[in-house]
Amino acid sequence: MTSTIEAPRSPYSRAPRSRGVNWEKWGWIYMRVSGVVLVVLIFGHLFVNLMVGEGVNALNFAFVAGKLTTPFWMVWDVLMLWLALIHGGNGMRTLVNDYATQRLTRGILKSAILAAVVILIVLGTLVVFTFDPCPAGAPADLLPTFCSAI
Amino acid sequence: MPEQAATLTSQQKTTSRRPAGTLYRGREGMWSWVLHRITGVAIFFFLLVHILDTALVRVSPEAYNAVISSYQTPIMGLGETALVGAIVFHAFNGLRIILIDFWNAKYQKVMFYVVMALWVVTMLAFVPRHLINVFSH
Repeated sequence: MTSTIEAPRSPYSRAPRSRGVNWEKWGWIYMRVSGVVLVVLIFGHLFVNLMVGEGVNALNFAFVAGKLTTPFWMVWDVLMLWLALIHGGNGMRTLVNDYATQRLTRGILKSAILAAVVILIVLGTLVVFTFDPCPAGAPADLLPTFCSAI
Repeated sequence: MPEQAATLTSQQKTTSRRPAGTLYRGREGMWSWVLHRITGVAIFFFLLVHILDTALVRVSPEAYNAVISSYQTPIMGLGETALVGAIVFHAFNGLRIILIDFWNAKYQKVMFYVVMALWVVTMLAFVPRHLINVFSH
């Protein structure tokens, strides 16, 4: 590898970037924009699920069924799913770039992160949009009260 | 020769085990960075598990309730407290990072203490209520 040493006191100049999308910049912007939105979404999620009423003790299938049949909470949860997983995956990518010194290790770890993020986004989105609050044959006392009206 | 001796002493100073005064090694900037990474990783792994457990609503009400009832035990209640603590720190320190980037880096130390104060206030609002829910079940 050869490198030229510039004359002393020559002004600092960045290496000219090759043309194309600056993905690192957009990743940096994404972390900040999604971070602000996630503060609102996750604080709201924690408040409604852990602070209101009996908190964690109130959580069961009927509780989730009530939320996942409300368009407001469906949008809330899907937004949280996508924003948080990509935010977390990109954060983990940063750590792998910082701490994994070998090219192969980095490749394996980042592929694993990408696979986890993609699989869970697909799984979570499918669950929210194909959810059945009143599955046939389930005991009525486990289902939300509106199922008995059907 | 005395001049050389003086040079040696200053060299010894910089290579001694005690870190010399640097801009942010060991201070607010470093600790906020360390905590942001640790809480971030912890939240990421919880998120993976949390999506999988919630996905059980698509399997059967019994499967979902069986797993969720394990979250309603005292030990998991303490774990949830730690998780919320990590999330609240990561959230407030993330907002601090945004303010450093887009507003003014001059106030990063002050803002770290503001983050800690807001963390204490938020946890004082959450922890008693959550632990009463957990241990009165």
